[in-house]
Amino acid sequence: MSGTPARERQLVLVVEDYQDAREMYAAYLQFSGFDVAEAGNGVEAVEKATELLPDIVLMDLALPRMDGWEATRRLKGDPRTRHIPIVALTGHALAGHAEGAREAGCDSFVTKPCLPDALVAEIRRLLDRPRSNGDNDKTGPQKTRTTKRQS
Amino acid sequence: MSRAAAPVAPGAALEPEAKLAFVEFLLTSVDVQESARRAVDWLVAHAPVTEAAVLVAEAQSNQMLLVAEHGISTGAIMDFSLGRDDASHPLIESLNSPHAVYVEDLSPHHRGPLSSRAFHAIPLRADADETGQGLLLVAGIGPALVPEAEWMGRTLGKQVSRLLGRQLLAETRFGQERMLLYSIINAVTDPILLTDTEGKLIIANSHAEKLFAAPEEASEGWRRAAGLNNMLFSAALSTNAVGMTELARRELLLVDPLEGSDLLFELLSSRAKDERQGTYVVSILRNVTDLARAKEEIEESYRTLRVAQAEVRDERHRLDLIIDSVADPILVTDQEGDIVLMNTPAERLFNAPGIDDETALRRVRANGANLTSFVSNVLTRSGEQRYRGEIQLGDPVTGRPLPVEALAGTILSEQGELMWVVTILHDLTEAIEKARLYEQLKQASVELERKVTEATAELAEQNELLRRQHIALEQASALKSQFLANMSHEFRTPLNAILGYTHMLLNNVTGQVTDPQRKSLTRIDSNARHLLALINDILDITRIEAGRMPLNATTFGVGELFDEVQAELEPIIKRSNLAVSTRVRGNVPKLRTDRQKVKQIVLNLLSNALKFTPAGSVTMTAAFDARAKQVDIAVKDTGVGIPVDDQVKVFEDFRQLDSSPARGYGGTGLGLSICRRLAHILGGSIDLLSTPGRGSVFTLRLPAKAKRR
Repeated sequence: MSGTPARERQLVLVVEDYQDAREMYAAYLQFSGFDVAEAGNGVEAVEKATELLPDIVLMDLALPRMDGWEATRRLKGDPRTRHIPIVALTGHALAGHAEGAREAGCDSFVTKPCLPDALVAEIRRLLDRPRSNGDNDKTGPQKTRTTKRQS
Repeated sequence: MSRAAAPVAPGAALEPEAKLAFVEFLLTSVDVQESARRAVDWLVAHAPVTEAAVLVAEAQSNQMLLVAEHGISTGAIMDFSLGRDDASHPLIESLNSPHAVYVEDLSPHHRGPLSSRAFHAIPLRADADETGQGLLLVAGIGPALVPEAEWMGRTLGKQVSRLLGRQLLAETRFGQERMLLYSIINAVTDPILLTDTEGKLIIANSHAEKLFAAPEEASEGWRRAAGLNNMLFSAALSTNAVGMTELARRELLLVDPLEGSDLLFELLSSRAKDERQGTYVVSILRNVTDLARAKEEIEESYRTLRVAQAEVRDERHRLDLIIDSVADPILVTDQEGDIVLMNTPAERLFNAPGIDDETALRRVRANGANLTSFVSNVLTRSGEQRYRGEIQLGDPVTGRPLPVEALAGTILSEQGELMWVVTILHDLTEAIEKARLYEQLKQASVELERKVTEATAELAEQNELLRRQHIALEQASALKSQFLANMSHEFRTPLNAILGYTHMLLNNVTGQVTDPQRKSLTRIDSNARHLLALINDILDITRIEAGRMPLNATTFGVGELFDEVQAELEPIIKRSNLAVSTRVRGNVPKLRTDRQKVKQIVLNLLSNALKFTPAGSVTMTAAFDARAKQVDIAVKDTGVGIPVDDQVKVFEDFRQLDSSPARGYGGTGLGLSICRRLAHILGGSIDLLSTPGRGSVFTLRLPAKAKRR
């Protein structure tokens, strides 16, 4: 759209305080054909997102300095960044986390551990989603895929 | 003052027969006194004379003697005395007068026999006499001399003159005494008779004459009554006559000649001997009719009194019964403080009947003294109607102290004088004992209350402690859950990296891996996944144990659920080459429960069945138990089965028969344990039916509608 700079590869902002995981997702996303920007906390996430206006944000919720919910609320409260889809990423498989994430404005919700290809699939799904101009977050959240468990 | 009597009133009719009869009598009489008496009687009968007297002059003593009278009192007769030589006396003057004199007003110092001060004095004399021999005094006829009186004066004058000439003076004097005697016996109110021994009347006083002598003009009844009385009297005397020497006394019933009623007399008769005239009987009759009546009345009164006494006795008896029936001692004391009445309980205390033990008697006396002191208190406070006090008594037999409440009331006479004190004693022993018990009870109650308060306080304290412990436990539990949740998160983060990088290597992100490298990476991946599953299961169990597994009830069909589970396990089913079928009976209703948890259970059961069934089939069925309102979901396989001994163990934590992953079954060994816990949360259960080598049937029973927890 208008706010999105013309670029060959779509930019994913990976917000994750755990460096190994952040770099793993970044590597895999780059491997899968995305440009990747990284942020290690909520404040940085808001700064980078506002500055870079990525195509999508992968947001870990448990973050230092500013948590993922707050960062999401800020981004969704800012007209410049409101249209950017945000995929929440959490290690807590509790119902409350998903609700909190949706309330904060997340478009999707992924539970750790999330294999890199599953994450890429979810990102592609969101980006390929037909979007209405501006008010993209009112189209209703997509069904979250949870990691299958086996005993 | 005297004057000549007025001439005889002409035309006065004298009854010739009466005069003739009187004259005949005079001819036969030789006694001055008798003649005079008959003359007075005649005059009284034939003229309205109020008083009359006959005086005769006695030659020897020169005194005027009273020989007959009418209407003159005995006292006047006895007092009368008049000398013939008292010439100034109007009566002596009259005596010497040739005719009757009317004394108009006899002066008081000239005493006469009559009470009237106006009377006629008629001299009694024969024509030849120089002076009168006597006087006939007549009062009540007025100033004019009635012809009867005048005639009588003449007639009696001749008679007196005739007889005096023959009679001795002594006889005349005797006559006067006899007349006095008559007067005396007439004055006696009782009939007096002088009879001979046969009962023949000689002398009778006027009262006797009324009974025994009927005048000639008397009625037939009177005469018969007199005759009857005579016969009764004679009979009475004759029965007494035998051996009678002294005063005889007997009752005699006569008839009242005038009234005809019965008269009862007491007859007193005695003999009097006279040498000249033989034996006489003097009888006095005393009228006891009234006495008899009085006696009867007294007897009647006495009978009434007896009846009243009997009634009083009955009353008293009833009263005794009543007061004896009262269990409390009751005493009645008089104004001296002496006991006049008491009931049996009181006697036990103040009389002790039948006890002669000295100690007991001393106690009885002590009781009496205490009571007396109480009663004397009451007596001194006579103004009060009721008096209440407490007395210390003692049981005479046992000596046991007997505190009593004494309630006294006073009974006053009609004059307001204190007559009796009624005292009721009420044993206070029981009351005191009750008060003591009550006090003990109260103390015990207070003690109990104190203990209860203490216990309550202690309980409250313990409750508080428990509450705090509970809070602490809850906090600890919450902390544990939080810790586990955090830990699982912390576990996942590195696991996430392990799985991610393994995945990237396997996907040749960092360049082509060799086959032996791929094999190793696959092992890393498989173990990491197992570790992740374990972490997830532990987290589930932790949440269930902590009661923090929320129930989210929705309504859904079992058929759809089967399809969904089957679809989810499609890759495994395909790999297994097993025939998997589902069957839902028509009567199975939609379930109202937590769909996600039911799905987790069914997923687990189907996954297990697939895992442990090398060949054959797996069947999922759903049936409805309408009576228990339960839906039974069964997963049946033709797998290895479970030995009976192990059928319980499979539901325990970390139990997988021969659970090494190398065995190839996979799983954490927590699946069935979690399934059973979830089933319980939903209000259901999981049963196992299995035969080793032939297969197993796991049945999940669920209420069609889960209860809210």
